[in-house]
Amino acid sequence: MLAVALKGLAGRKLRSVLTAFAIVLGVGMVSGTFVLTDTIQRGFDTIFTQSLKNADAVVTGHQAFGSSGGQPVLSPSVPASVLAKVRAAPDVEQAAPSISDEAQLIDHDGKAIVNGGAPNIATGIDPSLTRFNPLTLVAGHWPHGADEVVIDTGTARKHHFQVGDTIGVAARGPIQKFRVAGLAKFSGVSFGGATLAIFDIPTAQKLFHKEGRYDRIDVAAKPLTPADKLVRELRSVLPPTVDVRTTSEQVKVDSSDTNTFLNIFRYILLVFGGVALFVGSFVIANTLSITIAQRTREFATLRTIGASRRQVLGAVIVEALVVGTLASLIGLFAGFGLARLLDSLLVSFGIDLPKAGLVYATRTFVVALVVGIGVALLASLRPAFRATRVPPIAAVREGAELPPGRFAWLKPYLSLAAAALGIALLAFALFKSGLGTARVLTLLGVGVLLLFAGVAGFSSRLVRPLARVLGWPAERLGGAPGRLARSNAERNPVRTASTAAALMIGVALVVFLAVLAAGMRTTFRSAVNDVFHADYAITAQNNFSPIYPSVGRAATHVPGVTVASSIRGDLGRAFGSTLQVSAVEPNVGRVMTQRWEAGSPAALSHLDGNGAIVSHSFADKHHLKLGSHFKLLTTSGRELDLVVRAIFRPLHDTPATLLGSVTISTSTFDRTFVQPKNLYTLVDTRGGASDANARRLEQVLKAFPNAKLQTKKQFVDNQLSGINTLLGLLLVLLALSIVVSIVGIVNTLVLTVYERTRELGMLRAVGMTRRQVRRMIRYESVVTALIGATLGIVLGLGLAALVTSRISFLTYAVPTAQIVGFVVAAILVGILAAILPARRASRLNVLEALQYE
Amino acid sequence: MVETEQVQPVTGAEPAVRARDVTRRYGEGETAVDALRGVSLDVQSGKLTAVMGPSGSGKSTLMHILAGLDKPTAGSVEIGDTEITTLGDNELTKLRREHIGFVFQFFNLLPMLTAEENIVLPLTIAGEKPDNAFLSELLARTGLTDRRTHRPAELSGGQQQRVAIARALVSRPTIVFADEPTGNLDSKTSGEILDLMRNSVDTYGQTTVMVTHEARAAAIADRILFLADGLIVRELGANAEAGDVLAVMNELGAN
Repeated sequence: MLAVALKGLAGRKLRSVLTAFAIVLGVGMVSGTFVLTDTIQRGFDTIFTQSLKNADAVVTGHQAFGSSGGQPVLSPSVPASVLAKVRAAPDVEQAAPSISDEAQLIDHDGKAIVNGGAPNIATGIDPSLTRFNPLTLVAGHWPHGADEVVIDTGTARKHHFQVGDTIGVAARGPIQKFRVAGLAKFSGVSFGGATLAIFDIPTAQKLFHKEGRYDRIDVAAKPLTPADKLVRELRSVLPPTVDVRTTSEQVKVDSSDTNTFLNIFRYILLVFGGVALFVGSFVIANTLSITIAQRTREFATLRTIGASRRQVLGAVIVEALVVGTLASLIGLFAGFGLARLLDSLLVSFGIDLPKAGLVYATRTFVVALVVGIGVALLASLRPAFRATRVPPIAAVREGAELPPGRFAWLKPYLSLAAAALGIALLAFALFKSGLGTARVLTLLGVGVLLLFAGVAGFSSRLVRPLARVLGWPAERLGGAPGRLARSNAERNPVRTASTAAALMIGVALVVFLAVLAAGMRTTFRSAVNDVFHADYAITAQNNFSPIYPSVGRAATHVPGVTVASSIRGDLGRAFGSTLQVSAVEPNVGRVMTQRWEAGSPAALSHLDGNGAIVSHSFADKHHLKLGSHFKLLTTSGRELDLVVRAIFRPLHDTPATLLGSVTISTSTFDRTFVQPKNLYTLVDTRGGASDANARRLEQVLKAFPNAKLQTKKQFVDNQLSGINTLLGLLLVLLALSIVVSIVGIVNTLVLTVYERTRELGMLRAVGMTRRQVRRMIRYESVVTALIGATLGIVLGLGLAALVTSRISFLTYAVPTAQIVGFVVAAILVGILAAILPARRASRLNVLEALQYE
Repeated sequence: MVETEQVQPVTGAEPAVRARDVTRRYGEGETAVDALRGVSLDVQSGKLTAVMGPSGSGKSTLMHILAGLDKPTAGSVEIGDTEITTLGDNELTKLRREHIGFVFQFFNLLPMLTAEENIVLPLTIAGEKPDNAFLSELLARTGLTDRRTHRPAELSGGQQQRVAIARALVSRPTIVFADEPTGNLDSKTSGEILDLMRNSVDTYGQTTVMVTHEARAAAIADRILFLADGLIVRELGANAEAGDVLAVMNELGAN
């Protein structure tokens, strides 16, 4: 029986290949995601571990609280006296101080070398203490003196720098020129988009205003001294303002941000693999159902010669398992290629992360195979049970049809119930407060799956009316073939519905994302317009990285500038949770308006040492009123006792208020936060935005290549470009599922052509031309695709309505032009899917087709 | 309609199949059709029984019921000592494996299997090993020895039907049912197939029931039963010639 199943597969090569393809892509995405994220993870791990090679303990300033949401919390630097104490400790063999900060390298055209959000690392090291140096010098020598820098080989290669060249460096102040003394790299790791500038310690201290201070001290123990003994000893002699950790603890701290980020990143990518597999399961189930219907007589014959129901069931499942296994294996290895493709995709969207050599973890193999084979198995169950219902007597009946199952009449009701349950779960997850994130996400996932499955199951009832409407243009344009195409699409509604359902899922998600993105754009634009009154804004080149305050200060002195007000930002901690803290200058009231719930606009200009402005939601959550006191922990470890001077309420309840939950004065911020940086500087000019004003500002900003001058409109557009980029990336990832559903349409059409061989022969015999046959198949394909797109658009709009009604700051905005674009894309999908089947149909030999049995 | 007399079952030694008062009604109420209206018969072991009749006489329905493919509305059917009308699907499957072979009008071979694989399929399904000596003999007798590795698509219609006959014989069933075995073949090939069927009865004593509407096919039988309007109306013995059969058919057709 196994042999029968296997030979059956071999006899239906094209169908088996097309079915397998539905799994290959999903499994490929899963395995590719694992390979890529593992590779990135190893890249980071290598960097963090290498950075601490040969050290037994690490001394840093005390980190006030842990990082949150992937945003790092910097440790303050430590005074030089700490180094002296470390060196004096009895078990210390050697101790190497270093500086770590951030500085942009400037390319030959005067532009800052910034790759998306990748860091621009600057360090100061003592090259004579080689045992702690994680870098390998490839050319030149280590930096020595106030005008030398060593840069990473990747940046040198990409931007054509050689030893001896002059390179600009933008640290805290304007650009300074350095001589490239050497080129260095981390062995075994690519740096991704990060850049590296290495100075000697005095130079770094001067550049970053850390004279007499260090950021980190790497310590090596005397031989035979265990690391934990060393750590204990150092803790006892050092002040509590420093953290002493073993190297492995330090690696854990350093990598915790990237690990959180990588996990989120991995899950997002896996979701897209999961969607592709879900769509694939529809394709497989549908293909199997059709082939089983076509093989009714074969199964009946097997039954008459003694096969039991169980054997028939087994034969179908074995077939699915074989296809699933082969497809999963192919997908697994395709995923290795896909990992590179994904990586280039991410790089093209500005996400360039460190990578070690490709990592193939056992887990990747296991999960990819289990998921792929599991999906094939699950998808085959229903068709397999259908096959067992083929009665032996079908062997002697012409055109025997599969009897409907005992519970077939229940299907539309069950489908509706599943859809309703799905919506109920979604609503529960969205509107019930107090559920954990994990539970909300699980409920949302299950709800969406149920909703899709339910709608797909019920949609066979909708095929006829939809085909009537959507097929109408085809009928008008296509004449007889058009009319036949429409009725062909209608004649097996279940089949058309499940083919269309695969496309429906992809389209629904695409529309959902597009609506959310449109909503975000609308909200953000109006929110910024309401709050922001300046002519210009200055941000970093990548629109979001914080930049050093020197830029904002330089803008103040430009002729024609009436106000230049910088807004700083960082993380702080209050009431046991980590939150966004902003800092404003006294003149901010002239370029920014808030809607005040309590207190007056004057509070913005008169923030004193312990005054704070808090957001409505923060005040509400912690029951704060005007004059309430609360404590804020800053990154330097200082605890501020703040008094609420005003409470603002964003006009649209949007998070895009330009201000964080807590806003304090810049002077307080600069005293209590590590490495204060600006999020943006708002600039007002005499006479408003004009070429002359822009020219004067640009002239000054030339010295700060990482700064970008934008008009108010450009600022809004640039901030929104982040949303557009993200949407673009997600749409590209969803394209995978769309491809799977195209395969589904091709599959159904190929099988349909095969099934209607005799009929096609008849049509050709009575005078239908090849071109008309092709057109008939093409129109049927387009009608199917449009049914899927219509259902998907309705579902996507509905899902988005549900989500936006929950999230108050999201407007429900329908991007009509985009949706029209999706419909056109669906028509193209239909045309594309029909190419192969139409060609097969038009090439049928009329005589053979008529005799076909 | 002329009065037709009900032929009494011939009670010989140990019939292979025994049917009593079998009726089969399709549909309900006004539109109900009675395909069989109380048929009783014994199929004699080791003989070739032909069931003849015009279209719509109920001959196919009778065979389906005798073979356990369809259930009678009323009446009983026994194969060997087993009452089959009350069997469940698993027991029927077992019955088919051990006692029944089928030959179909459209051959019903599996296209992806070779001739030999098709022939031994009933044994494969039952998890048994073919008896190689018997298999070689069957191949030789059906003239398929040099065609054993060919697939159905590479065989002529006659060769395909010979594969099907060998498949029906391979498990040495209690009874073989043949449903219009020559219905899809030309006259010369039909002759060869009929010879083969006759031969299997004579050589192996293979009990066979053949449904046909061709007089020439029926003429090779040991016993010919004529059905009309759901009843057995006439019977001819082993010495009947094609002409006799035609005469009866004409008579029935004239009814």
